[in-house]
Amino acid sequence: MSHAVAGKNYLNESSGLWSWLTTLDHKRIGIMYFVSVMFFFLIGGIMALLLRLELFSSNAQEGISFLSSLPNVIKGDANPADLYNRIMTYHGAIMVFMVIVPGIPAILGNFFLPLQIGAKDVAFPRLNLLSWYCLMAGAIMAFATLFLNKVDTGWTFYTPYSIRTGASVVLMVLAVFIMGMSSILTGLNFIVTVHKLRCPGMTMYRIPLFVWALYSTAIIQVLATPILAITLLLLAMERVFGIGIFDPKLGGDPVLFQHFFWFYSHPAVYIMILPAMGVISELMTTFTKKTIFGYTAIAYSSLGIAAVSFFVWGHHLFVSGQSEVAGIVFSFLTMLVGVPTAIKMFNWLATMYRGSIEFTAPMLYALGFLFLFAIGGVTGIMLAVVPVDVHFHDTYFVVAHFHYVMVGGTLMSIMGGFYYWFPKMFGKMYNMTMAIWSWVFIFIGFNVTFFPQFILGAKGMPRRYFDYIPEYEQLNRISTIGSWLIATGFVIGLIAMIRAITKGEKAPDNPWGGKTLEWTTSTPPPHDNFTNEPTVTAGPYEYK
Amino acid sequence: MGTHHSTHNHGAAHSSDSAHHVTPFNVYVKVAVALFALTFLTVAAHSIREHLQPFSALIAFSIATVKAYLVVAFFMHLKYETNMNRAIFISGFLFLALLFILTTLDIYTRITQNSVL
Amino acid sequence: MSTSRIVNGVEVATHYKDDTHQYLSNKEGIWLFMATEILMFGGLFIGYIIYHTMYPEMFAEGAKYLDWKLGFVNTLVLIFSSFTMALGIYFNQKNQPKKAVMALGATVLCGAIFMVIKYFEYTHKFHLGIYPGQMLNLEMVKPVHQNLGLYFGFYFCMSGLHGLHVLIGMCLITWVMIRNIRGDFHSNYYTPIEGVGIFWHIIDLIWIFLFPLLYLVG
Repeated sequence: MSHAVAGKNYLNESSGLWSWLTTLDHKRIGIMYFVSVMFFFLIGGIMALLLRLELFSSNAQEGISFLSSLPNVIKGDANPADLYNRIMTYHGAIMVFMVIVPGIPAILGNFFLPLQIGAKDVAFPRLNLLSWYCLMAGAIMAFATLFLNKVDTGWTFYTPYSIRTGASVVLMVLAVFIMGMSSILTGLNFIVTVHKLRCPGMTMYRIPLFVWALYSTAIIQVLATPILAITLLLLAMERVFGIGIFDPKLGGDPVLFQHFFWFYSHPAVYIMILPAMGVISELMTTFTKKTIFGYTAIAYSSLGIAAVSFFVWGHHLFVSGQSEVAGIVFSFLTMLVGVPTAIKMFNWLATMYRGSIEFTAPMLYALGFLFLFAIGGVTGIMLAVVPVDVHFHDTYFVVAHFHYVMVGGTLMSIMGGFYYWFPKMFGKMYNMTMAIWSWVFIFIGFNVTFFPQFILGAKGMPRRYFDYIPEYEQLNRISTIGSWLIATGFVIGLIAMIRAITKGEKAPDNPWGGKTLEWTTSTPPPHDNFTNEPTVTAGPYEYK
Repeated sequence: MGTHHSTHNHGAAHSSDSAHHVTPFNVYVKVAVALFALTFLTVAAHSIREHLQPFSALIAFSIATVKAYLVVAFFMHLKYETNMNRAIFISGFLFLALLFILTTLDIYTRITQNSVL
Repeated sequence: MSTSRIVNGVEVATHYKDDTHQYLSNKEGIWLFMATEILMFGGLFIGYIIYHTMYPEMFAEGAKYLDWKLGFVNTLVLIFSSFTMALGIYFNQKNQPKKAVMALGATVLCGAIFMVIKYFEYTHKFHLGIYPGQMLNLEMVKPVHQNLGLYFGFYFCMSGLHGLHVLIGMCLITWVMIRNIRGDFHSNYYTPIEGVGIFWHIIDLIWIFLFPLLYLVG
C-alpha cells in the first residue's frame, strides 16, 4: 500500500512516453483516451466544416462547387458528388465510432468510475489498456482507407451498394470490428468493476448516478456490439467471397443487413446518450447544491432505457421494405423509450427547483443539454410515427434530430463533464469567462446550424446529397454560418484548456463542493486513488 | 509488477476453497458417457427420419439442447456458479431470441404483403 | 495498478481484497466474454434459419453434399475433448499437474483431429467445385438451384468461423499447458485454464448445434 506523498500524483509518479503507453492506471488511460478522442473529433469536425462549405451554395444555379475547388492533391480525380459522399462517410464513421461511442465511458468513465465507487482501479487494468490499443489500431486502419480507396457508403454501409463499390470497405469494416472490441472490453470491465469493487458501505443504491449510467451503458456495450461484429464480418465475406447473404444476386436480402446492423446501432445511440445523462445528473446536483430528485427513478430509468433500446431498431427500416406489421410494432416500441427519458428530464428540473443554482460553465452545458436534448428527443418521437417518417426519412429532418440528441445531448454533456472534472484531472483551474464564451458560441452556433435543418427536412431536402435545389439555399447558408460559430466556440474552449494545463492556477481539491468520492482525494489524485479505503454510510448527494 | 513467481505449491493455504468447487471425477465420466449416448441417439433418429416427420428437426434440436445443458451445467460448471454468471450467460441467448423474433416478424409478414422475399 | 502481492499462494493485484475476490471477478469477466461469443455466433445461426425457411429445397440440395458420418465423428471428438478439458482443470484442483498436462495435451490432440477431418471435408468439396457464394463452380456442380452458392456461403462461414475458433482454442490450451508444465498452477489458482476451458466448451457447444443444423436437418 503506498501512502500519499506530498506533491506526488498520478501524473508525475512516473515519467516518459513509455510509462504512459504501458500504464495500467485507469486515470492515465482516461487521459490517453482524452487526447486521442479529441484528435479524432478535430478530424471529424473538419470534415463537417467541409461538408457545410459544399452545401453553402446550390451548385446547379451557380455552377460552382467548393469541393471542386480543392487542390487535386486532396480530391484526386473525384467529382464533387463522389467527394462529398466520401467526406460524409468519414465524418459519420469517425464521429460515431471514434468519438461519441467511446467518448464519455472511455474518458470520464475510465477516470472517475473507480474513484466514485472508492476503488483503486477497474477490475481488469490490462484489459483496459488493451481497449485503448484496440481503438488506436482500428483508427489507424480506418484512416488508412483514406489513402487507399476512400469509402463512400455512408457510416451505415448499406448493402447492396457496400458490396458493389470499389472502395476499401473490407479494411474499413475490419477497423470498425476492432474498435467494437474496444467497446466490448470497456463494457465488460465496467460491469465487473461495479459488481465487485465497490468500497465498504457502498450498496448499489448509494453509487452515484454517473455510475448507474455507465453500468447501464456497459450492459448495452457487451450485448449489442457482438452483433455488429458478425454483421461486419459477413459484409466482408460478402465482398471477398460473394457468399450471398445480403446480395439479391444469390437470393440474399439487403434488408436483413439493415436488421442486423441496426440491432447494434440503435442500442449504440443509447451507449452514446446514457453516460451523457449520467454526467448531467452529477452536474445538476452539484451546481444546485441540492440532492438529486428521484435518485431511484433515475437509476431505474437508466436500466429501462438500456432495455428498451434493444426493441426498437426497426424504426430505421420503416421505408426500407420492412413489412407494415413490423413497422407498427417497432413504432409502438420506439415511443416507449420516451417514458424513462422523460422521467430523467423532469427529475432534473425538479432538482433545480428551489436549488441554489451556480451558472458556471459546467452548469451552462447542463442547461444547454436540457433544452437541446428535449428538442432532439421530441423530434425522435415524431419520427417514430410511421406516416411522419415516410415523409421525413432520408431528409434533413432526421439529420437535425440526431445532431440535436448526439451533439446537443452527448457533446454538451462531455463538455460539461470536462469543465466539471477538469480541475480534478489536471490540478489546474481554467479561465471561467473563456469557458463561458466558448459555451455561448457553441450553443448559439449549434442552434443556428441545426434548427434550419428541421425546416429544410420538412420542406423535403434530402440528406447525403452534395447539392440541392435553389429554394433551399438561404437556410443552408444560415446553417453553414452556424457551423463556423461552433468551430469558433471549440477553438476558444481548446485555448482555455491548453492555457489552464500549461499555466493555470492550482486547483483546490473540491472547487465545486461536490459530494461524491472523487472530490475527497487530493488534486490531482494519487496513483492508487485513496490513501485509506473509504467507507460510505450515506447516499452520494447529501446536501443540507 | 509483483516479482514473486509462485511455483509448485502443495502447501498453499486452503482458506479460499469455498470458491473452488471440485466436481467429482465420476460425474465428468457420467456426463461424457451421456453425451456420447445422446450423439448416437441423434444419428439413430436421423437414420429413421422419414418415419419421424414432421418432427425430425425438432427431435434433433431437442437432443442437442439436452447435450448443451450437460456441457454448460457440468463441464462449464454453470450449475455451481453464481446466479449472476448464470444470468450473464443466458442473456446472450435471450437477446439473440429478440433479434430472431422481430426480424422474422418482418420477413414473414412481408410474405403476407406478397413481396418477393 | 501495477503492483501485486501473494495471498494464499496466489498473486493478487492490489485493487482486490484477496485471491477469492480476484478469482470471482475474473470468472465474471470470463462469462461476460462468453456471452459475446454466443451473440456473435448466434447471428450466423439466425441468418441460416431465416434463409433455410425461405429456400428449403435449395438447402436440402446443398445438404446432400455433406457427409453426416464425418460430422458424427467430429462431434464425438469434440465431446471427448470437452471431457479432457474439464479434467485438465480437475487435476489442477487436485494438485496433480502432470495428469492435468496430459489431459490438456489430449484436448489439443482432439482439436487437431477435428481440424484434419475438417480439412478433408473442405478439400473434397473444393475438388467438386464447391466454393462459397458466387465462387461456386456452376458448370462443375450443375445444381438444380442456381443460388446454391448461398447455402455454401453459410456452410463455409459457419464451419469456417467455428474452425478458426478451434485453432485459436488449441493455441490457448497449448499456452496454459506450457504454464502448467512450468508449475504456475495449483489448487488455489488455475483461472487461466478455467477461462480457456470455458472458451473451449463454448466451441463444443456451438458444434453441438452446428452438427444437426448443417449435417442432419439440411
